[in-house]
Amino acid sequence: MSKPRPQAFINARLVDPESGYDGPGGLVVAQGSIAEVRKGSDFQGLSEDLQVIDCNGAMLAPGLVDLRVKTGEPGAETKETLKSAAQAAAAGGVTSIVVQPDTDPAVDDPAVVDFILRRARDVELVHVYPAGAATKGLKGQQMAEIGLMREAGCVYVTDVDRPIVDSKVMRRLLSYAASFGVLVAHRPADPWLSEGAAATEGEFAARLGLPSVPTVAEQIMLERDLALCELTGARLLADQITCAAGLESLRRGKDRGVRVWASASINHLSFNELDIGDYRTFARLDPPLRHEDDRQALIDGLAEGLIDVVVSAHTPAPAEDKRLPFDEAAPGAIGLETLLPALLAFHHDERIPLVKLIRAATLAPAQLIGLKTGRLTAGAPADLVLCDLGAPLIVDADRLISKSKNSPFDGRRLQGQVLMTLVDGRIVHRATE
Amino acid sequence: MTTALGLEDVRARTFPFPHRHFISAADLNAVQAAELLELADGFVDLNRQTSKKLDLLKGRTVMNLFFEASTRTQSSFELAGKRLGADVVNMSPRSSSMSKGETLIDTAVTLNAMQPDLLVVRHASSGAASLLSQKVGCSVINAGDGQHEHPTQALLDALSMRRAFGRVSGLTVAICGDVMHSRVARSNVSLLNTLGATVRLVGPPTLIPAGADRWGAEIHHDLRSGIAGVDVVMMLRLQLERMQGALVPSAREYFRFWGLDREKLAAAAPGAKVMHPGPMNRGVEIDSDVADDPNISLIQNQVEMGVAARMAVLASLAARLENRP
Repeated sequence: MSKPRPQAFINARLVDPESGYDGPGGLVVAQGSIAEVRKGSDFQGLSEDLQVIDCNGAMLAPGLVDLRVKTGEPGAETKETLKSAAQAAAAGGVTSIVVQPDTDPAVDDPAVVDFILRRARDVELVHVYPAGAATKGLKGQQMAEIGLMREAGCVYVTDVDRPIVDSKVMRRLLSYAASFGVLVAHRPADPWLSEGAAATEGEFAARLGLPSVPTVAEQIMLERDLALCELTGARLLADQITCAAGLESLRRGKDRGVRVWASASINHLSFNELDIGDYRTFARLDPPLRHEDDRQALIDGLAEGLIDVVVSAHTPAPAEDKRLPFDEAAPGAIGLETLLPALLAFHHDERIPLVKLIRAATLAPAQLIGLKTGRLTAGAPADLVLCDLGAPLIVDADRLISKSKNSPFDGRRLQGQVLMTLVDGRIVHRATE
Repeated sequence: MTTALGLEDVRARTFPFPHRHFISAADLNAVQAAELLELADGFVDLNRQTSKKLDLLKGRTVMNLFFEASTRTQSSFELAGKRLGADVVNMSPRSSSMSKGETLIDTAVTLNAMQPDLLVVRHASSGAASLLSQKVGCSVINAGDGQHEHPTQALLDALSMRRAFGRVSGLTVAICGDVMHSRVARSNVSLLNTLGATVRLVGPPTLIPAGADRWGAEIHHDLRSGIAGVDVVMMLRLQLERMQGALVPSAREYFRFWGLDREKLAAAAPGAKVMHPGPMNRGVEIDSDVADDPNISLIQNQVEMGVAARMAVLASLAARLENRP
């Protein structure tokens, strides 16, 4: 591949989560990195041989870092391949994705980590980082080879949707991972209360006759995790906090200095249980969609920084897995392409400042797993997204790039169109028209 | 007894029903519900004649698609269809080769291609009937979907009450037992509220779903206080697997506190009637002494009303069927 010519982006609205700057500016990209950042609207004295791109006031921000992406590779390539996921990510302004280990075979062995990294290199679109299984076969019994997987390139360990039930296993896992400085992500959900649930307990789920789980199931497991985290001194990512009860525990944990971070999925920030409507299986998620009070609490939690990271929780499921009665349908929703515009809704509603929103999807996740990206600073990788913040958009699931089309945003009106995505200075996506 | 209606009267009564499908009792407004009951009432008299056959549905095909076995409901729909002159086909996908690896939608689309006019569906998953109605060209009647609804049951229950008391509006009805898993309870709460009755839900807290207090029903955990002064006590079936310590400790403990016998029934209003959607667990939720007393039990009437109520639903939906392009 030939080296791209150095580029200058001018007349942009720069949003840099590291410095907190949100204002006019531009930057120069050379050799895959950000070479120079200019704040203000004076672009005199730029070198002659630069390719100048006039951004016309569009937002130029670090590319998004998505900590929770599922593909079907290896094992279920009809759902999504690393390539199709990477293409979807590029189209959505996401420049780094962390793929989940619940594949077939599971990523519980350094050889599988290797396989994924090699496949991702061949695709050569966005950065792909594997997360490793926390326990062998994601069975919650024996620790996986955390040290070896880390050496092979894993950025954190997790058992994905399966809570580690045995507290002794969890305790050992946290202690062991801490010695390698490896972040452990854990989905807080009491397995017995959640068993078979397809909705959140309450009037609506009861009316629909759906098996449901009370939100305290999240709180119960989170309290255990916080206590074990405190005991072991490990770093914990509470994977997908979804409700007011969970936020309350999280707040207490953070207040007493537990080394815990928390993510929220864009789905739980954007939808509530009523979006299930007449048994819409695209709204069948795990954890299930919550009450509106919980959603509001989650948005407040993001605004005040209690929620550190926003993820797409991209979970491809083909039509045959979704065209089923609600409780039999596969849970999950795709989200790579809609993450940014859906997130921008809170900026347009004036709920959360833009720079804060961007931080939760760029710098915060990048720092959590030790990436240098997520910043607009000279020397940082040129992983960038250029986005027309005000451009209207009606999501059409059939036109999304993902191989599976299970988007709950289908038909939604959003604002924010990704004009261009750069990874290491290479343009990996450019909007048509 | 009123004189049985002739065919012309029934035809004249058949009003343009506004719904293409009959999925939920909540879809009916008070006028539609009252009209359905009125129509069904006429069919009751017809069903008592020696010649029971009409040709309202002549040439129509009714397909009974029961993913969950049910002799009672299936034969009730079958009779209803036949008495209206339709061709009735019974399908039990569970026992046929059709079920192997085929999803609900695949099965329905296959059957739909055979051009039925009315598809009667029972399935173990909530929302299954609604899902089907989105994928087929015929009218879909929900004969029970998981723990969601069983709207024709609510209709036949209302018809039984109407014939026993002359009205439904103003009655107080206690629905007792396993409300949590009961589609009958959900449909009844909704229809009875629409018809102006007062509804109470009675059962142990483990069998009353969270948020049921916002359904438009009073919640009681004590049977005696729950049925105090009510006109109708509707007992629900308690599945055997739910009695063995999971939701209630044992059958005998359940019967002691929530089972209906003559002594507890004394708390209800004088002349109160007892109902049960069947099949009954005698000695668990209801004492035979009460269930079999024709002066207080409407249980056999309910079965009879079932055929009439289903005839009313079939006739109403068929009245707005058109040829498919």
